[in-house]
Amino acid sequence: MSDQVADQIKEEIRRYVLSEFLPGEKASNLGDDTPLRTSGIVDSVGLLRLIDFVEERYRIQVDAHEAGVENFDRIEDIASFIKKKRQAGA
Amino acid sequence: MAETSYPAVNLCEYLEDSADRLSGRVAVVDPDGSSVTYRELNDRANRVAGFLLERGLQPGDRVGLVQPKSVTGVCAIFGILKARGAYVPVDSTAPPARIRSILDNCRVRALFSDLRCAEVVADVETVVVTGPRAERDLQNLPQGAFAWEKVLESAPDRAEHASRHPDDLAYILYTSGSTGIPKGVTLTHRNAISFVEWCSSVFNPDEHDRFSSHAPFHFDLSILDIYLPMKHGSSLYLISEELGKNPAKMAAFVASNQLTVWYSTPSILSLLAEFGDLKQYDFSDLRLVLFAGEVFPVKHLRNITRHWPSPIYFNLYGPTETNVCTYARIPTPVPDDRTQPYPIGWPCSHCSAVVVDDNKEPVPDGEEGLLYISGPSVFAGYWGRAEETAPAFLERDGCRWYNTGDVVKQDPVDGFIYVGRRDRMVKRRGYRIELGDIESALYRHKQISEAAVVAIPDADAGVKILAFVTTLHDAPPSIVDLKVFCSKALPAYMSPDAFLFQNSLPRTSTDKVDYQKLQNESTLKLESSKNMG
Repeated sequence: MSDQVADQIKEEIRRYVLSEFLPGEKASNLGDDTPLRTSGIVDSVGLLRLIDFVEERYRIQVDAHEAGVENFDRIEDIASFIKKKRQAGA
Repeated sequence: MAETSYPAVNLCEYLEDSADRLSGRVAVVDPDGSSVTYRELNDRANRVAGFLLERGLQPGDRVGLVQPKSVTGVCAIFGILKARGAYVPVDSTAPPARIRSILDNCRVRALFSDLRCAEVVADVETVVVTGPRAERDLQNLPQGAFAWEKVLESAPDRAEHASRHPDDLAYILYTSGSTGIPKGVTLTHRNAISFVEWCSSVFNPDEHDRFSSHAPFHFDLSILDIYLPMKHGSSLYLISEELGKNPAKMAAFVASNQLTVWYSTPSILSLLAEFGDLKQYDFSDLRLVLFAGEVFPVKHLRNITRHWPSPIYFNLYGPTETNVCTYARIPTPVPDDRTQPYPIGWPCSHCSAVVVDDNKEPVPDGEEGLLYISGPSVFAGYWGRAEETAPAFLERDGCRWYNTGDVVKQDPVDGFIYVGRRDRMVKRRGYRIELGDIESALYRHKQISEAAVVAIPDADAGVKILAFVTTLHDAPPSIVDLKVFCSKALPAYMSPDAFLFQNSLPRTSTDKVDYQKLQNESTLKLESSKNMG
């Protein structure tokens, strides 16, 4: 996956998080490294919706043990997780 | 009115009777998979009681319980009750300041707590540290604290049989308070026992039933969860906070443990139906599904009943102050064309209900009014808040009637139909939220000068909570910053869904915040801000 694709994934996730969890926020205030779960921006129910989005958009399956903060706390971690899953599935 | 006599005076007698009859049966299964029998649970609770009595606990003294749900927690609860103390369960994941304010408010004499929370309280006389032993072995316990195992090993086996009284305080449940300070609802043994006996007569459990315990112990749904199975010698399966938020794992848990009775808020059932991948499991043991705490959107109710077609469904209604006081059996399948939520039904046999107008006069069937409840399950008062207790009641016909604050109307066939509220209390995921409580937290943010919070109905989430704020400086804080701030100041379920920056808040002619105007504008604003994002 090229950097360009990785950047596009990050942008898509950023747009999704902004519209679902931070309506009205400027995109520049949500960095690739802004904590989502540990900061309370995305709560447990929000996480389920975020995972649903990721599964549908990128056609990957997220197992329960993969849904922790190591993969789903920051946009950059989510993007690398998606990249890893897609490579594994390719 | 003559007082009904119940088969138990103190809730701990349900455990004691089952320990006599069915000593070797599994009473409680821990989230870690381990379990205790009725005899073991009763023996451990006796030790806890012995420990507390030795430490000078007096009848009515409050004992805090701040830890994740576990068999230890259940032992502690029954030990506290056996010593004639009252337990005060507190959300261990709440911000430390909130935990402290609750424990300070009711002046707990003793505390059962995991290591993290034991460190946030300062001046409690007796602290027992629970939680994984390995974690504690690595660190020194706070000064003067006792380890849970020590309590079980060295305390005398005692219970306070002689002087038990049904009007003894049994527990205090704290709910959101409009001024930002949580409000303690005090409940006696009679309050809870009258409810448990009613449940027993309607749901007919027996020792072969396996109950879910989804709600945390600081939530009033836990009263049915804990005491109904204990009365009948059934088994109680504790669902940890982590598992309780994971629908896929929860579905597997319900199926593999062959649970027969499920009780939770509608939100959790909606999550199970939506994300639980239910079709891959066999749920044929499930015979009863109970839900309470909020309106169940019909779309989601239809969804769960399609996945779980065989159990009998009940909608249970009642504020913490009365516990469940009306109920309705929900006929399944739910018709495809139904959009109206189901009624809250008829009063439970131990409760009386009346719908009154603004002059506190009963209204005719079909007209809206406030629902008042009377009966032995109605609470004694708010802890230390006589000024708020008195106005919550109406004295009539020699009875105390509690004003639920809920607007209902009565249908001759379906019973009561929930209409809404006139005050600023809303329900989210079954939790009560005073919108003023959120405003108080926002006012503590150094850049916010004014805050007004409104809730608007939402088909999926039940309600959306919107915070309108004005700021002190030209550059407002970021929404990310406000979210992070709220997550530290408030429990997660109270954090607003959206923040809307204003130059000033609209005012009424009497210079009060014009909530009606904000409410009316909210739907529109939420939509437009979404589009901007």
